[in-house]
Amino acid sequence: MKRFSIKIAAVALSLGVVACDETPKEKESKVAPTSSVASGGTLDDVKKRGVLQCGINTGLAGFAYTDDAGKWAGFDVAYCRALAAAVLGDPDKVKYVNLTGKNRFPALASGEIDVLSRNTTWTFSRDVKLGFTFIGVSYYDGQGFIGRKKLGVKSAKELDGASICIQTGTTTELNLADFFRVNKIKYEPVPIETNEEARKAYLAERCDVYTTDASGLAATKSTFSDADKHMVFPEIISKEPLGPLVRQGDDAWADIARWTLNALINAEEYGVTSANIDQMLKGTKNPEINRMLGTEGSLGEMLGLPKDWAVKALKAGGNYGEIFDRYLGEKTPLGLSRGLNALWKNGGILYAPPMR
Amino acid sequence: MAERITLRTIWFDRRGRGYLLQLIVLLLVAVFFAVITSNTIANLQKAGLTSGFGFLGDQAFFDINQRLIDYTSQSSFGRALIVGLLNTVLVSSLGIITATLIGFFAGILRLSNNWLVSRLVTGYVEITRNVPLLLQIIFWWAILTSLPRVRESIPFLGSFLLNNRGLRAPSPNFESPFLWVFITLILCSIVTVAISIWSRRRQKLTGKTFPITLAGVFLLIIIPLFVYYGLGQPINWDIPERTRFNFRGGFNITPELLALWIALATYTGAFISEIVRAGVLSVSTGQSEAAFSLGLRKNHTMRLIVIPQALRVIIPPLTSQYLNLTKNSSLAIAIGYQDLVSIGGTILNQSGHALEVVAIWMVVYLSLSLATSAFMNWYNKRISLVER
Repeated sequence: MKRFSIKIAAVALSLGVVACDETPKEKESKVAPTSSVASGGTLDDVKKRGVLQCGINTGLAGFAYTDDAGKWAGFDVAYCRALAAAVLGDPDKVKYVNLTGKNRFPALASGEIDVLSRNTTWTFSRDVKLGFTFIGVSYYDGQGFIGRKKLGVKSAKELDGASICIQTGTTTELNLADFFRVNKIKYEPVPIETNEEARKAYLAERCDVYTTDASGLAATKSTFSDADKHMVFPEIISKEPLGPLVRQGDDAWADIARWTLNALINAEEYGVTSANIDQMLKGTKNPEINRMLGTEGSLGEMLGLPKDWAVKALKAGGNYGEIFDRYLGEKTPLGLSRGLNALWKNGGILYAPPMR
Repeated sequence: MAERITLRTIWFDRRGRGYLLQLIVLLLVAVFFAVITSNTIANLQKAGLTSGFGFLGDQAFFDINQRLIDYTSQSSFGRALIVGLLNTVLVSSLGIITATLIGFFAGILRLSNNWLVSRLVTGYVEITRNVPLLLQIIFWWAILTSLPRVRESIPFLGSFLLNNRGLRAPSPNFESPFLWVFITLILCSIVTVAISIWSRRRQKLTGKTFPITLAGVFLLIIIPLFVYYGLGQPINWDIPERTRFNFRGGFNITPELLALWIALATYTGAFISEIVRAGVLSVSTGQSEAAFSLGLRKNHTMRLIVIPQALRVIIPPLTSQYLNLTKNSSLAIAIGYQDLVSIGGTILNQSGHALEVVAIWMVVYLSLSLATSAFMNWYNKRISLVER
């Protein structure tokens, strides 16, 4: 039910008119009366369609970008591919929908996409009031600032009177207002829709500093031709747990999305990689690995997926660590260290529940 | 004649049938809207989404860079919307005034006998009229943001500064003696109006003219200036001062506002110039010839004979250009000018109240348009030909 009504809201938004659902009675009768399963069936929809609709960024180096072959790639995209592989058996069966900070939520609410994997911060009001279910954290981030070295600024608290570029409709816009209010300093906000436009405005010196998630800053900085003239301030002014999210109310689908992410993280912990997975499939001494890969137990069945769902997901792009290293790690232009995103065993806070 | 009124008699009566059909259509429309509304409300309730406008009282938590009224991130969503509405009204009114000036000027110049002038204006009209407005807005924004950096601001007219963050101007702080200048100005305006009424009446009766323009300049400019200097210049100018990042003091017109203003004014100005040209051409040459033969000079002929008749043709299409300009100002979102649509979008995103925000947008633009056309209709009636 939720889905239909939010769909109306979203249609109204996109058309600028009040949309009409002419036969409410008929639609009501199609779904079960209890609200928890009311909008169920995303899995069936995806299977029937044969393609996963995944919402991603309009372009952010490392997270969602087009590679040399013109295909979408990146950390957020890798999750879409893993999920498509788990559900449909083929990581390429994804339709990517590029979304800005502003239109990402209506797109998910209206059913235009099945899952949103677009560096989105998990917050109380988005989870509770906007009616979404965050299925986990794929990247622990925080908001930072980037500025020119010649400004001689060492801390964001010295930014009194500066012009600051921000993406509208994001948590960073709200954090920024809080930060400057608490520190009683003034600034000129320069609101911008996408990361690419923010990059241009910053390079044109329309603003002194650009603020977004630290990972986004690293990504943006990696695209500058004079990257060494810019610096990311050491200060982090907020918690930004980024992760994929789905519509609230379809728990079965949320479980699939959640455990696909958990499988990628657990695989790194158990040492299952895209290189040794075929070896592992022949059977290992670790029952946790066997259960995850479907050679023991029936985890896939419980999700309503084939036995080898996690195998397919892992073959799509490797485990969490492999994905991180490929798109964000120290060998990439972004050069991000694992930091908080290291496994709990290695001093980070990445911790997935057990597969049993 | 006591004929019984039945459905049959109504149907066979032409007027009765008309009323009946109209009643049915009206009912159908009413039912249609009732169904939409009740269905939407029911669905929203099922979704657990509270509908209604209560959320407008919630705190906004985001900042806005151009505010005509006091606003902080502590203010409510409702106040944020008003800030956005005022920004829309600001850019629309600036645009309408400038577009009208450009339009009248260009329209008359295009009729000029000078080949170069008329061709130049033709070029302007054809280029601006045929390039999408969105591209023009982005074009102007790109030009304005590639102006020199803050450090290399271009100073002009004393304390004005132009850089890639906009145009910074000194702002006046009025001291209390300025009240006297203001009072003088009001008194002088009353006297000016009185003189103009008197002179018009005298001209009607005796044919004698009075140099009203000269008197107006004296009363409205020279006397207030005299009082202003006599009181020791009671305006304290707030001159912009360089700080580490930007200028402080004075007021700043952002490149976003400037770009939108220029683009809206030149785009709509091109359309208005064509309307003006059509209006002037619609007055038959016989009218000017008659005026000339009565001994009226060229500028008098234009002002007293041609323009008043042309206005009757110009005003109605001009109204729709004003309406277009106001609605086109919502393209502001492309360059981050925080107008009603931009701020409404942010609120929609942060609060999730899509339907309410969309409803507010529609009502506001509808009211703005209706108010504009009401004013223009009143003006049109005022200048219309009085038939005897």
